[in-house]
Amino acid sequence: MGDMIKGNIAVAEAAVRAGIEVYAGYPITPSTEVMEYLSARLPELGRTFIQAESELAAINMVLGVSACGRRSLTASSGPGISLKQEGISYMAQMNFPAVILNVVRWGNGLGSLDGAQTDYLRETRGGGNGDYRNIVLCPSTVQETVDLMYEAFDIAEKYRCIVVVMTDSGLGQMMEPCEMPPFREIRKCSWGLDGTYQVKRPDFLGRNIPGESDAYIRKVREMRENEQRWEAVGLEDAEYVFVAYGMCGRVMTGLVSEMRAAGQRVGLLRPITAWPFPEKAFAQMREKAPGLKGLITVETNGEGQMVEDVALYAKKYGLGQVPVYALPYVCGVPKDDVVKADFDRILSGEIKEVF
Amino acid sequence: MAVEKRVPALCNYAMFCAGCGHGVLLRLICECLEELGQEKNTIAAIGVGCSCHLKSGINVDLVQCPHGRAGAVATGIRRAEPDKCVFTYQGDGDAYNIGIAETLNAAYRNENLCVFVVNNNNFGMTGGQMSWTTMEGQKTATSPAGRDIALTGAPIKVPEMIAHSFRPAYVARGAVTTPAEINRLKGYIKNAFQAQLNHEGYSMVEVLSTCPTNWGMEPLAAHQHLMEHVVPYYQLGEFKKRGE
Ligand SMILES: Cc1ncc(C[n+]2csc(CCOP(=O)(O)OP(=O)(O)O)c2C)c(N)n1
Ligand code: SF4
Ligand SMILES: [Mg+2]
Repeated sequence: MGDMIKGNIAVAEAAVRAGIEVYAGYPITPSTEVMEYLSARLPELGRTFIQAESELAAINMVLGVSACGRRSLTASSGPGISLKQEGISYMAQMNFPAVILNVVRWGNGLGSLDGAQTDYLRETRGGGNGDYRNIVLCPSTVQETVDLMYEAFDIAEKYRCIVVVMTDSGLGQMMEPCEMPPFREIRKCSWGLDGTYQVKRPDFLGRNIPGESDAYIRKVREMRENEQRWEAVGLEDAEYVFVAYGMCGRVMTGLVSEMRAAGQRVGLLRPITAWPFPEKAFAQMREKAPGLKGLITVETNGEGQMVEDVALYAKKYGLGQVPVYALPYVCGVPKDDVVKADFDRILSGEIKEVF
Repeated sequence: MAVEKRVPALCNYAMFCAGCGHGVLLRLICECLEELGQEKNTIAAIGVGCSCHLKSGINVDLVQCPHGRAGAVATGIRRAEPDKCVFTYQGDGDAYNIGIAETLNAAYRNENLCVFVVNNNNFGMTGGQMSWTTMEGQKTATSPAGRDIALTGAPIKVPEMIAHSFRPAYVARGAVTTPAEINRLKGYIKNAFQAQLNHEGYSMVEVLSTCPTNWGMEPLAAHQHLMEHVVPYYQLGEFKKRGE
């Protein structure tokens, strides 16, 4: 077992080992430790740390690095991630890969420093203008955060897409034992600009918009087919399946095994990719759990965001008649006994389904 | 005897209007890059506006930046590729309105790159709206009664700001007016590139330029207007010389 390490530091070190050459960012709680750590760590390795004037500038610096086919990172939270959406949309348009860390904090506008899942819809729907999708990785432990951040760069380069690693205040601030992956060799992607004018630009005047769109959507479909990740418990006999990711997924992993040990027929679907949503798990559920009586999301936001995806994919996979509930706990980390009590309120009919 | 002047191979087809100053600057940049041997060592970061025509207009590696963000994008390119020749090409609206934060901060950090700003006193691409460089009293699509500087601020002089407040390597303002002035401008552009290649830091060259289409003038009248009304307000010359 590795050393104890704080989530934000661990994820930053994972990016270093994945081979980032540049970090650009602007401080905001609860993600600031990432940049503080890298401000010492990157120069120590002869790499580049930039304190940008804003998140807007930071994402555009990342865009410049990515155009050259090199790896970089930017991290932020709340309103800082909002400012990055312009650059993210541009990178999606130009097929520039990038990895962005969103240490989610609760709320609209300035919000608060509490951990939450209030950015789910924004992250899974793209966030900026246009018709693009980002791969969204949502770990539940510090180790998983490290492993996903490390791999995120390979995924981003494979599809030349944006990968968002979505943690939250809780996961960023907690300490856990963690194994660090080895250092990757630094390399430049072959398509990166190098000043020699090898990359031909599409015709500026005679753009083929349907062609551009089709090419992009083909990529989206490949991402959707290949990149769904999840962890499942007890789908084979569950009457009620909880769906929860991140810190909620972590709570529910423990609680579902406890409830199953007590003889309750519950299961858990823990998405590891929020996009692409693990819809294949729904196909399995239809096969495996004919006695399914309800799907229940456990989320930290006002009225459930992921619940919309759960309902959509239930419908898509022939589970449209199964009621879909949301247990939204606004922010922080849901408590076991509160979730258990609310589950009882679902069973008693007091809490009604959302869909 | 007339000497034929070769069009630089870096220059390609750009769809600027007749009498537009953009094309002259583009050609001067291409000439300088060739003379400095940087044809196969250059990455441009272009703004949004009529600068977009550089996508077809110049045969070098190029990134289309979000509107106003070229200062930040070029910073990323610079840090990723320390040995490449990196320049931004932006309009006044791009660099001084929406992008003033990115422009000033790149200058403030003294990033080792060149910034070329075409100051044509308006937002050309979008149909001639007021920009921060629009002259006092100038009628534009969004200052139909003439620019009121009491309400909208006075025409902005960013090169002077940068030269006097920060520690850049080189700052100048030229104009696309007479052959003599265009030759001087070429000297400024070359200085800017040389400063970068010599790792001296940030350089900016602003270029006073015509936009006949949106000024509602024939090309000749636009040139006359530039010389008579714009140049007197926006002083030409070098505000920060190399090694000073
Ligand atoms: C975020 C954003 N806002 C607005 C626009 C629309 N727009 C395109 S070009 C432009 C102004 C360009 O003016 P300038 O930089 O002076 O360039 P010129 O065309 O005059 O050379 C604007 C407002 C945009 N592309 N992006
Ligand atoms: S609109 Fe103005 S700036 Fe743009 S190409 Fe025409 S003349 Fe030049
Ligand atoms: Mg302009």
